[in-house]
Parts: sequence; structure tokens; C-alpha cells
Amino acid sequence: MGTAPDIAVRARGLRVVRGERTVLDDFDLEVRQGTLTGLLGPSGSGKSTLMRAIVGVQKVAGGTIEVLGQPAGSKPLRHRVGYVTQSPSVYGDLTVRQNLWYFAKVLGAPSTDVDRAIEQVDLTSHAHQLVGRLSGGQHSRVSLATALLGEPEVLVLDEPTVGLDPVLRVELWGLFHRLAESGVTLLVSSHVMDEAERCERLVLLREGAVLADDTLPDLLARTGTADAEQAFLKLIERADSEVKES
Amino acid sequence: MSPRITIATSARVLMQLRHDPRTIAMLLVVPSLLMSLLWWIYDGGRMFDLIGPALLAIFPFLVMFLVTSIATLRERTTGTLERLLAMPTGKLDFLLGYALAFGAVALVQATLTATVAVGLLDMRATGPTWILVAVAVFDALLGVALGLFVSAFAATEFQVVQFMPALILPQFLLCGLLVPRAELPGILEPISDVLPLSYAVDAMLEVQAVAEPSVTGDVAVVVGFSLALLALGAATLRRRTP
Ligand SMILES: Nc1ncnc2c1ncn2[C@@H]1O[C@H](COP(=O)(O)OP(=O)(O)OP(=O)(O)O)[C@@H](O)[C@H]1O
Ligand SMILES: [Mg+2]
Repeated sequence: MGTAPDIAVRARGLRVVRGERTVLDDFDLEVRQGTLTGLLGPSGSGKSTLMRAIVGVQKVAGGTIEVLGQPAGSKPLRHRVGYVTQSPSVYGDLTVRQNLWYFAKVLGAPSTDVDRAIEQVDLTSHAHQLVGRLSGGQHSRVSLATALLGEPEVLVLDEPTVGLDPVLRVELWGLFHRLAESGVTLLVSSHVMDEAERCERLVLLREGAVLADDTLPDLLARTGTADAEQAFLKLIERADSEVKES
Repeated sequence: MSPRITIATSARVLMQLRHDPRTIAMLLVVPSLLMSLLWWIYDGGRMFDLIGPALLAIFPFLVMFLVTSIATLRERTTGTLERLLAMPTGKLDFLLGYALAFGAVALVQATLTATVAVGLLDMRATGPTWILVAVAVFDALLGVALGLFVSAFAATEFQVVQFMPALILPQFLLCGLLVPRAELPGILEPISDVLPLSYAVDAMLEVQAVAEPSVTGDVAVVVGFSLALLALGAATLRRRTP
């Protein structure tokens, strides 16, 4: 059973258990290539867990998950999938440039990528500063830059814009859109609802299940609300009352 | 495994060290200072000649164990290890990258300490000094391998440091420095036979005593332990975590 050529991520009956908790159970998801999908949901709903499963660093208890037609985390995918963890994972005792130099080497990316990625996250003026001495937002941008090295076909970004100012957020979302237009598949998690409104497609998770999977206009029409934040509050409210009734 | 990634990893580890001049100073100066202290304690006498070479084996083992275990624990807890393994990094690239980098540091450290011991403090070993240095470097690699392995069993830096008295101190007590291994009472002798540091110190004592020492057997045991520990360490590097 192969994956259709334009499907970038396909999860089928995915089940993930972390510690005592079943975080994802019988979870299905399909993401088309070249799209920008927003992954939203309350804290603890399983966004990071799903992303870890997609990049293949999460132990999976059941079901299948394929990326670009290959099992998630398999060897050929390791330089085709870029991943930004929720807390920045870069070396605090290296400079911005040294961090990117190293990860570019690991990926076998050309050294010109280093300056390009630093430029893309707007850190050129801090390129020679130690990462440990950067501000929180700058620190997470270094982590983001790492995922832009090489030419990843799928980008999995776990809250990449958290703690950034509005100007920078707009810039980065512009970048995400340009990447999607050039054919890169992006999956971006976020807590900020006005960011959600920039995604073509929104997936709302709640307790490990998909509560909604829609475009923004459809979502607003369906819930009779004016913006994403209200729509989500409404959906969660509805789900809660359904649980109480049953 | 990819030589490109292995070498880049070594270079990166050394770059991190370069941003930490205090650690470099400690790595390079402290062993020489301790050697001088030993010389002072024994007033430069015969005991210094006997113990000095053995100490040359213990320093790099101890120091590289500490440095490596803390460095790899950090990689595990900050998520950089996870990121590397999600990239094309092989487990061996990671392990050998560390071994190469700290092996190079150990070479500098051992050369410096041996030069101070032999040149300045007039430590007299019957065998050639370069063998002392070579054995010291293998001991350092043993420390690296043990540190890589042990870091998997610690969740915090506090815990890692506790492994030193738990794993290193007994080896020190049983390595033949305090009481010759053959004279250890009862079951302690066979125990010392299965501890890697014993062989490192045996090699040093051989160089100390014999003009044309044969240390290949002892060094082979040390290398064997290192490889086994690296293999165990590789098994603890998990691409997928719960
Ligand atoms: N290392 C872990 N071990 C055990 N359970 C974990 C671990 N990490 C997360 N969990 C559990 O898995 C569930 C989902 O966590 P996850 O990190 O995927 O949530 P999230 O949607 O990303 O939340 P947030 O928005 O706060 O980042 C939570 O209930 C959490 O307690
Ligand atoms: Mg999360």
C-alpha cells in the first residue's frame, strides 16, 4: 500500500503511549505536499508528540506513519525532513555561525546555506555571538535556522514563533508561505490564534484526537464565529458538553 | 557512519571547549600541579618515581570520564542529541567524534604532564617516556568510553558526578597503586583483574620498571574495554525515545 504521490504525511491508526498516558490513539492524518498546515490545541493535547512521531523520534505503540512515502524516521528521510523542537536544541556554548556550520556539515548542505539561514531568521548581526548569551527569542531563531539548512521537503516546526515580536512573526510567516509555494510541506504548531489564521488548513487537537480539520473560512462558517480563537473555544465547548451528556 | 560527520563532530566538540578557557586551563594545568604535589609529598624520592607513572594513567581516565559524561548528558537533555539523530548522524559518528576530540585533548594533556614529571620533577622511569604518554592517551579514551556509556544512566549532572566515587574510586583503590594487585586479600584480586584501570596501571608500572617494556597486552585489554563500552554506549543512544 503506497502513499499517493502528493501526500507528504500520512498517519493511520497511530497510537502513542508516553509514560502512563495514551497520548494519541487511533489517530489519522493526511497532509498534502506543498501545503502549510497549522496544528493547534490546548497545552498537553499532543501536538509535540505528533510532531515527534512524524520526524521519527517518538516511540510508537501502534499504527503506521509515513512521510514522503517512507516510514517516518527512516534513513532516506533524515535529510529531507527538517525539525524544530519546542525548546531550542542548539549548542549554547557555540556562536550562531558555529552551530549552523556544524549542522550544515552533518546534513552535507553547502556552506553558503549557513549565511542564508542566518539571514532568513534575521540574526546576521548576531552571527558571531554565543548562543547562550542571546535572548530567548533569538535563541529559538537559531534553532529554527538549523531546520532551514539544506533543502528539506518537509518542515515540522514546533511553536517556532513563540516569544517573538509581531514584526518578526509576520516576517517568518511570510517565509513559511514562500517555502510552501516553492513546494515545501510545512506543519507548524502554535498557540497564537492570529497566526493560525495564516494557515491554509487548521488541525485542532484535543486530548490526542482531531477536533477539527478545516480551512479557516469553513471553520468560521461551521461555528458561526468571527475568528479562529472564538471558533476553537466554541469547538472545545461543544466537545466538552458532548462528553458530559454521554 | 560518515567520516564527514565524525570529523565535524570532533571539530564541534573542540570548538565548544575553545569557548571555555577555564576548562582548558584546568584540563592542562591541574594534572601537572598534582604531579608536583606528589613530588613534594615524597620529597622527590623513590616513591615519587614509583607512583608518578601510575598517576599519569589515572589523571586522563578520571578527567576525560568527567568531561565526557557531562558533555553527553547535556546533549541528551538539551535535545541536541535527538536533533542529530533525526539528521543523518550515525551513532558511531557521534561516539567517535567525541573519542577523537577528547583523545586529542588527552594527548596534549599527557604530553604536558609527562614533560613536567620527567623534565622538571626528574621522575625516573626505566622505560621510554613516549610509551608513558601513549598509555595515558589510551586511558583517556577509556575514560571517554566509560563517560559516554554512563551518561545514559544519569538524568542530571548531580547524578553523573556521583558516578565518579561509585565507578572510578573502587578502580583506583584496586588498581595496584596502594597495594600491589598480587597481594590483594581474598576475592579482591580477581575483582581487580576485571577492572580496566588495573591494566592501565600495570602498563605504567611495567614502563617504570623495565627498559624495554612490553605493554601491548595490557594496552590491548584497555582498548578492548573501551570498545566494549563504546558498543554499550551506542546501544544507549536511542533514535526513538518514549
Ligand atoms: N517525556 C514525556 N514522558 C511522559 N509523558 C509525556 C512526556 N512528554 C509529554 N508527555 C505527555 O504527553 C501529553 C502530550 O504532550 P505534548 O508535549 O505532545 O503536548 P503539546 O500539545 O505539545 O503541549 P504544549 O502546547 O504544552 O506544548 C501530555 O499529557 C504530557 O503529559
Ligand atoms: Mg508542545
